[in-house]
Amino acid sequence: MRPKLHLPIALLLLTVAAPAFAANPADLLAAYTAQAGQPAQPARGDAFFKANHGQEWRCVSCHGASPMVGGRHASTDKSIEPLAPAANPKRFTDSAKVEKWFRRNCKDVLARECSALEKADVLAWLLTAR
Amino acid sequence: MGVHMLSRFYKFTFAVALTLMGFSAPAWAEGDKGPPLLAVYQQECSSCHMAYPPQFLPKASWQRVMRGLDKHYGSDASLDAATVQQIDHWLQTQGGQGKRAREEPPQDRITRSAWFERKHREVSAPTFKRASIKSAANCVACHRDAAQGDFEEDRVRIPK
Repeated sequence: MRPKLHLPIALLLLTVAAPAFAANPADLLAAYTAQAGQPAQPARGDAFFKANHGQEWRCVSCHGASPMVGGRHASTDKSIEPLAPAANPKRFTDSAKVEKWFRRNCKDVLARECSALEKADVLAWLLTAR
Repeated sequence: MGVHMLSRFYKFTFAVALTLMGFSAPAWAEGDKGPPLLAVYQQECSSCHMAYPPQFLPKASWQRVMRGLDKHYGSDASLDAATVQQIDHWLQTQGGQGKRAREEPPQDRITRSAWFERKHREVSAPTFKRASIKSAANCVACHRDAAQGDFEEDRVRIPK
């Protein structure tokens, strides 16, 4: 293989693999906040998480009232581990997984995708949980 | 004796022999343990529910399930295109094998299949709705090792 092909191939691989790159909650919060263009508010995230957004389910229907405890899936009854990184260090460590679940669950709870600000608020609130 | 009967007879004899030797034979007892699950199928599907055995639905049903993941029995279960393609391909290979998948059940629900209803005819609708069970789709509530393909009747325990 000619050496000059290495860089484009490496860049292509990076682009393809990037969504699955490891992340941490603080970096994800920073990214959502930057995308939102304004600071996140944990209290607003707390209210958003518990509110009824006009659909059958709220966030708490499956995740439970406490992000330190977790919950059970409202229709399948599968147990769901806590969302707060303080209780479950695996949470918010894979950006592709985070985006996948925000996309799906916001569609269930709000019948639309969440805005960057809504994601930032919820994550900021989850990071305050102890 | 037809070929089918004969094969049943051999299965039975083999299972009895194994049992006498001290092995258990749950797979033969119900005859539907099926192939090992594709890792990505197991991983993605079991985030919300048990990864159901592919032989529980025919290929046409699985195809509709995979094309409608954004509206998956009342929930958005959408996946990226590459993952959908991988799982779809595997289900089209492994799905619909054997006696369980001869019919396409209403709404492509395993629990609406004639064989499922026949097997569960002694379980009342209120039983399925118990807080400890929630729905007929929650296999593991009563079949504790269902996720490992074990639906052996002797091990069924219906929670209160």
